[in-house]
Amino acid sequence: MKAIFGKYRFFAAVAAVGLALGLKDPELGRSAAMNSAHFLLEVLAIVPPVMVLMGLLDAWTPRKLVEDNLGRGSGARGTALAVLLGTAAAGPLYAAFPLALSLREKGARTANIAIFLGTWATIKIPMILMESSFIGVRFALLRLAFTVPGVLCVGYLMERLVPDGPAPPEASVAQAAETSQTVESAEAAGAS
Amino acid sequence: MLSLALVAITVLALAISQAKDPERTRQALRIARRSFVALIPGLLGMTALVGLVLAALPPQVLSDLFRHDGPLGFLLVTVAGAVVTMPAPVAFPLAGSLVKMGASLSSMAAFITTLTMVGLVTAPLEAAYFGRRFTIWRQGLSFILAVGIGVAMGVVL
Repeated sequence: MKAIFGKYRFFAAVAAVGLALGLKDPELGRSAAMNSAHFLLEVLAIVPPVMVLMGLLDAWTPRKLVEDNLGRGSGARGTALAVLLGTAAAGPLYAAFPLALSLREKGARTANIAIFLGTWATIKIPMILMESSFIGVRFALLRLAFTVPGVLCVGYLMERLVPDGPAPPEASVAQAAETSQTVESAEAAGAS
Repeated sequence: MLSLALVAITVLALAISQAKDPERTRQALRIARRSFVALIPGLLGMTALVGLVLAALPPQVLSDLFRHDGPLGFLLVTVAGAVVTMPAPVAFPLAGSLVKMGASLSSMAAFITTLTMVGLVTAPLEAAYFGRRFTIWRQGLSFILAVGIGVAMGVVL
């Protein structure tokens, strides 16, 4: 219960402010509620199909093949696979951390890890449709055209700035695993 | 119109997937449901806030707020996006409604990039996985990238 309220605390705070304003000025409250409901319906028309497309991409990506080809010497092919893995997955950025860590332990180079994280965050093929419908096709395609090379540059720069290594110096993998369990259990609590 | 096309593409993809491998399709739907459920709190909060702001503030005030967004407004929006992390399906409708309020497309491009790529809130978690050095450089470079994308979009659009 507490965990659920925790996930909804932002919504609860906004709703409380809206309610308070609505009591002072019913006209304003009504128009706020109408605006929100209208907007929510607009969002709900788009989000579920996008989620299904992302689920399909996630389920059909040959993860094993990708994971085994991200190391040093994998060159352009490794980078392409890192982009593929990043675009095909579903979930927020912090859900990518455990997967990226396991890639690193399997010998993936820093550039590919950074590219994978960057792609996961910003470039998702089903999301281009969503971005187009909310902002504009031209906007979505142009942003994509700038973002892809940008993410690649950041990845290769990262490799010059941060040495490759199987485990971070500040924290052990066990600690990281503990944190990920916390995130997972928090998610599970929110989902139930 | 676009949402109709989206539904059509999704149904088609599902049908092909189902014909090829029902088990994998079930798995895909499980992933989809889990991601959707995880998004609900953020979507509710964001739509409620936008609805409230649109009702409470006169349109004139909103467009004035974003109109002279110049370099300062641009930077402010970009930094705001860097503090909070939002999944893309929440970020796009939000940016879309800000554009309707008068925000510039270039600042929204930077905003979306920092919202999804940079997160001071999730930085400690990232550092636990990859170390402080990796996290600082990745977030720093991503922030610079976001500014670059925003400026480039401003030039082209």
